[in-house]
Amino acid sequence: MSENQRIIEIEVLRYHPEKDKAPYQQVFQVPFTDDMSVLQGVQYIKDYLDGSLSFRWSCRMAICGSCGMMINGEPSLSCETFLRDYYPARVRVEALAHFPIERDLVINMEGFIEKLESIQPYIIPKEPRTLAQGEYLQTPAQLGAYEQFSSCINCMLCYAACPQFGLNSEFVGPAAMALLHRYNVDSRDGGKAERMELVNSEEGVFNCTAVGYCSEVCPKHVDPANAVNQNKTNSAADYFMRFLTPKGGAK
Amino acid sequence: MKRPLKRSNAPIFWALFGAGGMLSALLGPILVFITGLAVPLGMLLPADTMSYANMQAFAQNIIGKGFIFAIIALFLWHAAHRIFHSLHDIGIHAGIVAKLICYGGAMVATLITAYELLAIGF
Repeated sequence: MSENQRIIEIEVLRYHPEKDKAPYQQVFQVPFTDDMSVLQGVQYIKDYLDGSLSFRWSCRMAICGSCGMMINGEPSLSCETFLRDYYPARVRVEALAHFPIERDLVINMEGFIEKLESIQPYIIPKEPRTLAQGEYLQTPAQLGAYEQFSSCINCMLCYAACPQFGLNSEFVGPAAMALLHRYNVDSRDGGKAERMELVNSEEGVFNCTAVGYCSEVCPKHVDPANAVNQNKTNSAADYFMRFLTPKGGAK
Repeated sequence: MKRPLKRSNAPIFWALFGAGGMLSALLGPILVFITGLAVPLGMLLPADTMSYANMQAFAQNIIGKGFIFAIIALFLWHAAHRIFHSLHDIGIHAGIVAKLICYGGAMVATLITAYELLAIGF
């Protein structure tokens, strides 16, 4: 152990649904250096103190979106949150809020994956296009309309931050809505009418009460609150305009 | 996602909430200043600004009527929506009951306002 190595207490939420009646906290003494992230802290626990601790991780550099956890109650990527910022106090690590726990820090993301699928997160061409027509061209302004919303890494921190998703898990939620918006405003896309059905539905944007915490916790500086609230306007317009347009906006 | 999706009727309430919010943000503070400070304390405005005769004339004018109606009704719809969602936030999901009390209250007060404004004549 080097000289500047200190010991920090990491309090981890443990839960093994087959064995435990309820989740419980367990405290570990973890030696750390200034450059160690919370993720490296829990990796230390798994490697040296308790091999049964379960958590997701992959890239270690805030790109993959796997290692989201509640750190002292805040939804954070554990790879870019550093132990030195909590020392000498104890740091509390828990599974992402508002999701069912599969085991320890691993949450069940099935509901989220379903939502991602439901928004059709791919370009639906306006009309069939042949190879001979070449690539799509976009102006910088057309790119700018959707670019920031395309940076989502599906880490689900915004869902753990959203009090409305916490109250009603049917809500499509911030990340899926931001991605939906990303495709709706893409100049190459023609699928807006299909996606608006979801925006307008009871699971759609009006569950949001404009808290804005989703955008605050986003590690990629996406602004899902902006996407959701722009679509409240779109949805309200769609709601009233369908009485004026001959075919109607949506079903 | 359950399909088929049911269209939410929230835009009606959201639009009234938005209109009331915009109006209260723009006009609320100055109304408080005029009716609560300037006139009672005799600042800036003539002392009889809010005399009975002036106010009655204001309420009998078609534009004045519209103004009073919009201020009372939209402020109330804004408040009803805000209270309804705050109840939900603090864990009271009374559903239809909370909805009836909040939006029903705003609806009843809107109708009373309309009736009174018409009753006061032109």
